[in-house]
Amino acid sequence: MTEAKTGVAAGLAESRAQKSAVRSMIERVGTHNLSLLIALAILIAIFGGLRPDVFFLVRNILNIGQAIAILGVLATAQTIVIVSGGLDISVGAIVGMSTVYIALAVGWTGSPLLSILFGVFVGAIAGVVNGVIITVGRINAVIATLGTMAVFRGVAFIVSNGQSISIFDPAFRFIGNGKIFGLPVTIMVLIAMVAAFFVLMNYTVTGRNIYAIGGNQVVARLAGLNVRAYQIGVYTLSGATAGLAGMLLAARTGSGQPISGSDGLELEAITAAVLGGCALTGGKGTIIGGRLGVLIIGVLDNGLILTSVPTFYQMVAKGVLLIAAVIIAELQGRRYG
Amino acid sequence: MAGSSPAPKRLESVVEAVGVSKDFGVVRALDRVSLAIRAGEVLALVGENGAGKSTLIRIFEGVFRPDSGAIVALGAQRVFRSPADAHAVGIRVIHQEPDIIPDLSIAENLFLGDLRRTRRIFFDRGDAARRTRQILAEFGLEKELEPWTRAGDLGPAQRQLMEIMRALRGGLRVLALDEPTSSLTEDEAQRLFRVVRRLKADGVAIVYISHRMREVRELADRVAVLRDGRLIVDRPIAEIADNEIVQAMVGRPISDLFDRSERRPGPPVLCVRGLTTKRVKDVSLDVRAGEVVGLAGLIGAGRSELAEAIFGHDRSLAGSVAVGGRAIRLRSPADAIAAGIGFAPEDRKSQALLLLRSVANNISLAVPDLISRFNFVRFGAERSIAASLVDRLRIRTPSLDQAVSKLSGGNQQKVVLGRWLARRPKALILDEPTRGIDVGAKAEIYRLIAQLAAEGVALLVISSELPELIGLADRIVVMAGGRIVGELPRGEAKEERILQLAMAEALGEVGEARIN
Repeated sequence: MTEAKTGVAAGLAESRAQKSAVRSMIERVGTHNLSLLIALAILIAIFGGLRPDVFFLVRNILNIGQAIAILGVLATAQTIVIVSGGLDISVGAIVGMSTVYIALAVGWTGSPLLSILFGVFVGAIAGVVNGVIITVGRINAVIATLGTMAVFRGVAFIVSNGQSISIFDPAFRFIGNGKIFGLPVTIMVLIAMVAAFFVLMNYTVTGRNIYAIGGNQVVARLAGLNVRAYQIGVYTLSGATAGLAGMLLAARTGSGQPISGSDGLELEAITAAVLGGCALTGGKGTIIGGRLGVLIIGVLDNGLILTSVPTFYQMVAKGVLLIAAVIIAELQGRRYG
Repeated sequence: MAGSSPAPKRLESVVEAVGVSKDFGVVRALDRVSLAIRAGEVLALVGENGAGKSTLIRIFEGVFRPDSGAIVALGAQRVFRSPADAHAVGIRVIHQEPDIIPDLSIAENLFLGDLRRTRRIFFDRGDAARRTRQILAEFGLEKELEPWTRAGDLGPAQRQLMEIMRALRGGLRVLALDEPTSSLTEDEAQRLFRVVRRLKADGVAIVYISHRMREVRELADRVAVLRDGRLIVDRPIAEIADNEIVQAMVGRPISDLFDRSERRPGPPVLCVRGLTTKRVKDVSLDVRAGEVVGLAGLIGAGRSELAEAIFGHDRSLAGSVAVGGRAIRLRSPADAIAAGIGFAPEDRKSQALLLLRSVANNISLAVPDLISRFNFVRFGAERSIAASLVDRLRIRTPSLDQAVSKLSGGNQQKVVLGRWLARRPKALILDEPTRGIDVGAKAEIYRLIAQLAAEGVALLVISSELPELIGLADRIVVMAGGRIVGELPRGEAKEERILQLAMAEALGEVGEARIN
């Protein structure tokens, strides 16, 4: 009798263990990331089905990678800003400003490394300005960065005199178009940035604390965190990363252009982060999710071009994607929250 | 159905649950509960958190539908598809946080959807004001409130009464109040009780959910105890003793809740001198090692504000705080924490917990130095710290990775305490540590406070439940109007004395009260 009972109990425990194996895998990937992967698979199936001749070529896949590298870098930083409870819509303008300063610095110093560092530095300063305005001035992040966006854009035009400045340095040509072991340098930069931010957010106390201040500032402060310092740090990081994205853009185009980065880059970065599961209220979102968001945008862009959808319709498609993503996230939140 | 009840006609059942069960996933929230709610009677519904009180109320209110069993209202079986169906038969629930529209006036809130118009366009201000004044007068609020006062400017007690006024409009038969006094002062609570008694006299059936035994005793005619979704007790209040009720709630006898053994406090640990903020005036206070000091006062007396000032959350204008003889520069809570102070704030959900994050993450939040090396989290160290506190505090959670939002109130509070215990604080400030948590968890927190005192921690405890404060504290400091107005040692700390001191400020007898 007892034997039979333990047999049944063991069977039950076993089936529970199996169930929980699948469950724990889903939990590890995250339900939101899972639905992003499914969406990505659907997009790939659609475009792969429509243009099987081109879509799966290595060349095309690398194209997608190169196209999303800059956006990917920006979206990674944006994810952290949003997790911290803020929003940075000045990143596109910082990218443009950074390209101009890098192009000028190449002329002044002749050193590509110094020029790149200078571009990142300029971006970081812009980020500090954002952070100080938001924390010390107690101004809403959207309003503050909307204002600085115009300022940074203006600065880029002033210092460049509104002109495009060409970069002839071969190092930049290599960064923009070169490959190492068949992998474009831009993609390598993206992967390095994603890895760095992933480690930051998941394995360091700093990352934990960024989640904490985004989750609830009062709680974070009462637990002894210096909320202001973290906020300024996050915007500085976002600015510096935009400076680095400016380097990639300058390298891709071989020039510093004050107008560059103004084609809605910041909105695409926010779209990607929200697609990736960030809550605009803060405290929630993952680096990997944000990357999946970027991939979806990249595949969608690429597929729409391959299937000859006119540019104007592509914009509509992207807008619809953002709204659909938010609605889905909202529904999921209701179900699981 | 009709006539089956032997009760006198005055106490006929207005609404009745018959064998109602409700499951949420694998959790059985209600298990074949049969309970009648009768006109002209106050029914106290008690039970620990998670016992099924709220689920039962929501079924009566039409928010949930029972999985089995039936609701009989006004003599006929009914299915409530939405709260509107419940409202139609006169069932109203006043929740802990009344839903009012803060930017509209009292009058507009009261008559929302029923504003009379003049010439079919503009609503009739005169008429609305007249009707509102009339209702305010019925509640004895006519001197206190104006019809055009912005509802958002009302205090919690006034909002609650406004909700009741609104409920009265639509032919009220059943009024359920969910923990109505949790944010009220003694005076406000008494006023609410008067309203409840009057409604009862008018034949309204009252369902009163509360954790406070004294209120249940004072107000109820009948008491129903739920435990784990089952109805354990349904008896007239006169036939049952307090400890029987508590025992029914907990399912086991509760020995003396408070540790009454004599404590021998050591030297002063937390020394506050002349501390002044916008809301706190010139407060000086010592808490010694191994001593529990209770901080009493009415709502708005400045107790939480004092706690926040000591902890550096509120900017202090003058005065000093010292821990262990060393003065601290208070610029932010980080300074207080570094000096060895811990603080469990009043509202754990909005001030203490990261609701989306895990139990382990919430416990380790204030000890980054112990769980990291070169900024990298040592997950093993974090888990062992969290696990030992989960164990010590008996936090009931499926795992260390569980989001704290999913825990019960009592377990959430233990997570907050765990965060500070991880730091081994010299002084601990607890603001309403047992608010909204069940009897079992309360007893555990009382035990923990006694244990911490025995270990030499200096404890400053704020509570609005005087019996609790008297049971816990070695001495009670009373605040009013941002000042300390009196101090009572354990032997002299009686509820009347404390209230007398707490209300002295309002009566302009501060000096006299001090001499008393």
